Amino acid sequence: MGDLNRMTIAEARDALRRGEVSAVELTEACLAAIEAAGALNAVVHGTPELALEQARAADARLRAGGAPDMCGIPLGIKDLFCTRGVPSQAASFILNGFRPEYESTVTSRLFEAGAVMLGKLNMDEFAMGSSNETSTYGSAVNPWRRVDDETPLTPGGSSGGSAAAVAADLCLAATGTDTGGSIRQPAAFSGIVGLKPTYGRCSRWGIIAFASSLDQAGPMTKSVRDAAIMLAAMAGHDPKDSTSADIPVPDFEAALNGDIRGRKIGIPREYRMEGMPAEIESLWAEGRRMLRDAGAEVVDISLPHTKYALPAYYVIAPAEASSNLARYDGVRYGHRAKLGAGDGITEMYEKTRAEGFGDEVQRRVMIGTYVLSAGFYDAYYNRARKVRTLIAKDFEDAFAQGVEAILTPTTPSAAFGLGEMADADPVRMYLNDVFTVTVNLAGLPAVSVPAGLDSQGLPLGLQLIGRPWEEGALLNAAHVIETAAGFASRPSRWW
Amino acid sequence: MLDLTFDAPKPRVISGATGDWEMVIGMEVHAQVASKAKLFSGASTEFGAEPNSNVSFVDAAMPGMLPVINEFCVEQAVRTGLGLKAKINLKSAFDRKNYFYPDLPQGYQISQLYEPIVGEGEVIVWMGEGVARRVRIERIHIEQDAGKSIHDMDPHMSFVDLNRTGVALMEIVSRPDIRGPEEAAAYVTKLRQILRYLGTCDGNMQNGNLRADVNVSVCRPGDYERYRESGDFSHLGTRCEIKNMNSMRFIQQAIEFEARRQIAILEDGGEVVQETRLFDPDRGETRSMRSKEEAHDYRYFPDPDLLPLEIEQEWVDAIRDSLPELPDEKKARFIAEFGLSDYDASVLTADVESAAYFEDVARGRDGKLAANWVINELFGRLKKDGHDITRSPVSPGQLGGIIDLIRKGDISGKIAKELFEIVYTEGGDPARIVEERGMKQVTDAGAIEAAVDEVIAANPAQVEKARDNPKLAGWFVGQVMKATGGKANPKAVNEIVRKKLDL
Repeated sequence: MGDLNRMTIAEARDALRRGEVSAVELTEACLAAIEAAGALNAVVHGTPELALEQARAADARLRAGGAPDMCGIPLGIKDLFCTRGVPSQAASFILNGFRPEYESTVTSRLFEAGAVMLGKLNMDEFAMGSSNETSTYGSAVNPWRRVDDETPLTPGGSSGGSAAAVAADLCLAATGTDTGGSIRQPAAFSGIVGLKPTYGRCSRWGIIAFASSLDQAGPMTKSVRDAAIMLAAMAGHDPKDSTSADIPVPDFEAALNGDIRGRKIGIPREYRMEGMPAEIESLWAEGRRMLRDAGAEVVDISLPHTKYALPAYYVIAPAEASSNLARYDGVRYGHRAKLGAGDGITEMYEKTRAEGFGDEVQRRVMIGTYVLSAGFYDAYYNRARKVRTLIAKDFEDAFAQGVEAILTPTTPSAAFGLGEMADADPVRMYLNDVFTVTVNLAGLPAVSVPAGLDSQGLPLGLQLIGRPWEEGALLNAAHVIETAAGFASRPSRWW
Repeated sequence: MLDLTFDAPKPRVISGATGDWEMVIGMEVHAQVASKAKLFSGASTEFGAEPNSNVSFVDAAMPGMLPVINEFCVEQAVRTGLGLKAKINLKSAFDRKNYFYPDLPQGYQISQLYEPIVGEGEVIVWMGEGVARRVRIERIHIEQDAGKSIHDMDPHMSFVDLNRTGVALMEIVSRPDIRGPEEAAAYVTKLRQILRYLGTCDGNMQNGNLRADVNVSVCRPGDYERYRESGDFSHLGTRCEIKNMNSMRFIQQAIEFEARRQIAILEDGGEVVQETRLFDPDRGETRSMRSKEEAHDYRYFPDPDLLPLEIEQEWVDAIRDSLPELPDEKKARFIAEFGLSDYDASVLTADVESAAYFEDVARGRDGKLAANWVINELFGRLKKDGHDITRSPVSPGQLGGIIDLIRKGDISGKIAKELFEIVYTEGGDPARIVEERGMKQVTDAGAIEAAVDEVIAANPAQVEKARDNPKLAGWFVGQVMKATGGKANPKAVNEIVRKKLDL
């Protein structure tokens, strides 16, 4: 069989079970693809030996029978996940050389289910960014290019390496994390499926924290079915994470029956933004039509506090980050600056953190420190928390009216060129998250599905937002769009 | 319910050049929760372990690590709150207090600023019979301890020991109701006593398991009463906080010094600056640590890694039902049940072990006699050896046995003391020792008569004198006692001497 690395999880699972392919063959195909894809800079720490070892173990399990769905499936793992004995740096120089002695709960679960780790994937530093350009490893590159244009494009961020790796078939799927859109925006930019589960669905233990109340791990896959399969293996209560929910993990794949007749899908009027590109507008209309054609009842709804979401997010996330990142002080692990004569502890902190953190991380640490400081706390942090409550209530009200899912565009644009935003106001970059942050503030599940190409041949995504804990129903609706859109385009290989 | 009636003690007054001054003191006591595991990690809390051996990934703040609350520590805080007759908050929450220091690996301390687990309570601090200060407790919250920085091991480097990092502390915050150095020490003593009764903190001040921050200000007579009536702090002076005191003696010295320092400033027309100070025990003075301007901005905010802490009323009730008898109740009962003096009852209830020991001895015996023996003989002897009651070589059963022998008239008080010393040093059953060593009191009238006759016959001149001066009978009694090795019943000897001498 050729191009094994192009398989979906579902295809590979079935082929593995039928013995048509081995986990080692799948893994070797992916390793070869990675080897040839240096130009994408998606994989930042390859683990080929570990991968082959895990693949051999998976083959033994498959032969024995009764192996779980993820057994033998080669994955890429975002660098934000701590993986035992393997560099785990959050794409930051401050964690240079850091190899944890522990395994994150999510990767533990995947490996226990027999999944294979090919390596660690590029991302924005500490997951702060929307273009992968803040990475200490340099940016990952989108495998997609504009028609007749060689400009390297961003794969989005922060899970840009994950998106690029999945889109370029370097792995069958990848883990991502999403604090304000970090799974969905790169999924949209790279033509893949990205699911941010309900907050508390996946344990945060062992995932390097950015903003604890918003961070959530999720799958980045080639299909909606794959997202369902992979989420089931990642999810579950973890007593080591107090915010992980102690509720059962259903069979998400079983929910994908394509039947959404009579389901109410909301279209929030506040997401119709001034100056939104016509292509995004028409894609959104197309999505509404697909759902209506499948028998859903498409209704206009209002989420009145939407416009306050982005400012609130850019107060809360930096506030938590400024505290979460205080531990990177050069005392116990990671980078420590060389000190000069007479330098004391203050100089050690200042130099270490100045050298270790990139500009965007420093900017957010400073914003976070500012909004929490005496005299500003109420005006910023407390007000943002109130906004957050109101945003969550907007969604609750919509769901209370019988709405089961909400359809929006994932991003206000297609992938942009690397370096294009270099001189722009940072707020312009933050606007990438305008459709995605509300979901994190409300703790809801949401998925981005590739739904079409723009005039320049770049993928665009639609976002579906679901009710808490109802990822199955959400993925079913996404599955309808996926099927109706029939998105089968792949980037043409240039790397 | 215990009925406590008492008078308030007089506040400590210092006479200055411009008139009298009074002290106003509030305390924040940090009590380490008696728990084998830390507050948010499973690591051990054992004292004196090799540096950095009781450190989990969570304590070392490794990337991606998360705190998980230790329910046992929460229970101890609730228990403490109930012991201080305080309001228990069924919902509380954890906040992060952010600052950089190498012995604080997370870069923040997890504490409870906005919603503490325990609200208002009180501590009754006895300053003498019928005299006590009711000190209001404002709140108790739970928080993590920091590690230890060591700066004196190397001229160029500092070292950090994280064994203590993340150990659970209860911060017990009082209102400014303490009015002098002695009251401050008595407050800490009483608090420590209650904590030890409850078993929620071992109270070991040497190891730093109980330490206090002391807030001191001074005011003019009448100002404090105006504050209490109005709740308006502006009636009080500017306070200074003396950090981290772990000795009753130092607490008193520091308060005395600090109050006098503030008075001197005020009488010179100056202003007291609100600041944090440290006490230097070598010089007996407090020194500025950091001013209000240099104070950290801790950027408190709710810890997003932890959900609000919600507990059930039933759980609180079950803890309340399991509370032991507390010092004030126990003391009142000892006075009522055993007829003890206020002083003796206080001494015997100072700690649970002494009280339990005493009760074992006193059960079915004369309470006052038991109290005398426990306090005067046993405590005195233990003190000489530097032991506490838990290391007493004499069991309550043995001491009770000695008392029984006295009551039966088998031994005299003097012999009893000898017997006690034998039991203390050699052990054994008191009754058997008395039997085996022939220490039993001679009550046989014939034997005593013979001894009296002998003494009379040997001292005719004294007999003459005694007839003129009956007080000399005592001399004869002494001689007889001496001749019988102290075993004769002194009462019987006295009677027979008087009879023989026709007194």
